[in-house]
Amino acid sequence: MSDCSKNAKLHKDENATLNREPFHTPRVTRPPLADSKRKKISARVIAPPSEPPAACLIGPRRSYKSQGAWLGGEILTEALLREGVETIFGIPGGVLLSLFDSFYEAPIDIILVRHEQGAGHMAEGYARATGRVGVAIGTSGPGATNLVTAITDAWMDSVPVVFLTGQVSSNLIGADAFQEADITGITRPITKHNYLVKKVDDLPRVIKEAFYLAGSGRRGPVLIDLPKDMLMSSRDNVVWPDAVRMRGYQPTIDGHAGQIKRAAELIAACERPLLYVGGGAIASRATAQLIALSEKAKIPVTLTSMGLGVFPADHPHYISMLGMHGSFAANMAVSQCDLLLAIGARFDDRVTGRLDRFASQAKKVHIDIDPTSVGKNVKVDVPIVGDAATVLQALLPKVMPVAQRKQWLTQIAAWKEEHPYTYSRREAEIVPQQVLETIAKVTCGECVYTTDVGQHQMWACQWIPVNHPHRFISSCGLGTMGFGFPAAIGAAFGARSQGGLPVVCITSDGSFQMCLQELAVSVGHRLPVKILLLNNGCLGMIRQWQHMFFKERYSCSDLDLQPDFVSLAEAYGASAARVADPKELQQALEWLMATPGTALLDVVTAREENVYPMVPAGGASDEMILDPQEAVAIAQRLGFESFEAD
Amino acid sequence: MSCINRHIISALVENQHGVLAKVAGLFAARGFNIESLTVGPTEDTTISRMTIGLLADDDTLEQVIKQLRRVPTTVKVQDFFDTPTIQRELVLIRVQAAESARRLEVMEIVNVFNGKVVDLTPKDLSAEFTGSEQKIQALIECLRPFGIKELARSGKVALARSPIALR
Repeated sequence: MSDCSKNAKLHKDENATLNREPFHTPRVTRPPLADSKRKKISARVIAPPSEPPAACLIGPRRSYKSQGAWLGGEILTEALLREGVETIFGIPGGVLLSLFDSFYEAPIDIILVRHEQGAGHMAEGYARATGRVGVAIGTSGPGATNLVTAITDAWMDSVPVVFLTGQVSSNLIGADAFQEADITGITRPITKHNYLVKKVDDLPRVIKEAFYLAGSGRRGPVLIDLPKDMLMSSRDNVVWPDAVRMRGYQPTIDGHAGQIKRAAELIAACERPLLYVGGGAIASRATAQLIALSEKAKIPVTLTSMGLGVFPADHPHYISMLGMHGSFAANMAVSQCDLLLAIGARFDDRVTGRLDRFASQAKKVHIDIDPTSVGKNVKVDVPIVGDAATVLQALLPKVMPVAQRKQWLTQIAAWKEEHPYTYSRREAEIVPQQVLETIAKVTCGECVYTTDVGQHQMWACQWIPVNHPHRFISSCGLGTMGFGFPAAIGAAFGARSQGGLPVVCITSDGSFQMCLQELAVSVGHRLPVKILLLNNGCLGMIRQWQHMFFKERYSCSDLDLQPDFVSLAEAYGASAARVADPKELQQALEWLMATPGTALLDVVTAREENVYPMVPAGGASDEMILDPQEAVAIAQRLGFESFEAD
Repeated sequence: MSCINRHIISALVENQHGVLAKVAGLFAARGFNIESLTVGPTEDTTISRMTIGLLADDDTLEQVIKQLRRVPTTVKVQDFFDTPTIQRELVLIRVQAAESARRLEVMEIVNVFNGKVVDLTPKDLSAEFTGSEQKIQALIECLRPFGIKELARSGKVALARSPIALR
């Protein structure tokens, strides 16, 4: 409750800056959808079905190990248990039958999903919510290739996941056998490492290495391809390695002492420092050190979407997200700062915009565990390769305390005041930003948020204050529509061991339809996943770009023939309701959070609503489009009238 | 804009399934331009040496080396740019030599270059030659007028001069 009241204060402060002017001048340029296309139904609360079916609940288990020699599948199961694996997401298949037979008695929850892409994203959600290594499994051929999107997503966002795939028998590999795919070949550019197990004796070592690789250094996905005969052959004696020995893999944890000293000197000498912090800081659990540094040297903090939560949003030094849809204050701070401290962030193009104008007045310090990220996009003055928390811990004693940085912090406060995130409410329609603002109030931050990809994702980044790491989960690097819902399921499994926080999946009619079949899993396991579906009847971000850069030629961005999401969720056994009236929004969201198990709220929102501020792709960070009225004109003035999709 | 130089990178890699594909794919995916790539086992049977010749500016080279080091099966990477090295390339070359006069002339050229005739038929002559890239180029130019029928080059292999040896 104390947390909640703290948040309540925060929201009050935000309300003060919220533009509450009623929306007078209609900026709708296209006629609203015909009634036949979008029914307006007032909030309709449907009682949850009597008792959702309890699928896959684990019954009492005997020892999973049969008598006598170890089968390959049993070796794999034992190796997974030795790595502390509790939950695996996946689907069996022909070549995996013997492995799933071993799983049958094992004390591991095997979550049967409905599509392997769902399994992959669930493992990601689990890993992102817990910081542990997630595990997903798919069979050979299509099972493996269905995992590819999730593998790429984990690669782009450095999520530790071990992907297990079945493979046809060794003697058939290369013969274009039934359900064969060269998955190690396919995934070579999108995994940190991958293995094709060629000898059953290698299995214990490969598993140990895979978990170590996935969860250490710059984390990421590791794939293990398991030929059928490996899983079926047997061994009398199995040697379990106690440590990993890899000559070529020794991540640097401690930063270079001389460089750390130089960073401290720059902090002492600068006038306008800025901390730019990304997902790497969450992976290294650097929250305490970040707060200490920010407070000791009076440095404002801006986060990437991957970093949300690593620095508390209610901290006075927090100036919200930066980048394409970042806050005015954050982007102005970047363009004006004289020292940029980048921590666990990789200067992604959605963050930097035009590179030569990004923090062009600033000396740059870059702390990252991955040497390839340092100096890749932006030249830095002080590169420090190492674990963020470890390096910051070493840096802190060398930083001189600063009493105040009045001018700089005042300037930033003025920017915040000048252009806060704003939107205009409407009498008759729910505005999407309003939904996110309200859900943040209703949940008080006592939940894990996952988002899908699109406008709702950016609004979530803007309007939901996140005060803890691992509480905001989003597909940032790859931008995978369809990620949010399965990730929410994975996060809910992960959160089970942490007191069972509810998970709010912020999704949209476009994204949700890319993986909605996993409703079966969420309902079957009675997971507290609350699906907040922002339904604007179109692919919103596509529409926004078409609006701004393609002369409002809305090619293939209207989603016609939408399903009735309420009936759809109910068909899977979830509770569901719809809300279209702004006056009923808060009540509907409270219903969503209070409803036990899996629930869906279909929020019918305004279609003509765009995400601002916006730095057009390739624009400089201080060239933000702030005013929807002038968006198109500004975009054209900046030279984007003949915009090339990036 | 930094200038483009010719570099030789030597990488010791674990002798494992897919390691060559990983390295080659890494170059392809990032649009780095490989001039030559040779792979062979070393005195340690678990380790292979890759010798990669490439044209790159300083930024690209830095990324190449960092990316190579990032591969978990890469044990060691070294750029030989400022290092005294021994560099060799092998070429096998088949030249038309039907008439005995031509044949003698070709053999003479091969001898001048310290090459070796390794096959002789009534129609043509095959020779092997090992040397630096420039020497090989010179030999090829000398033999071109006789009519080169076929040619195979190994790509560069290189070692740092002792005592700077890699490892």
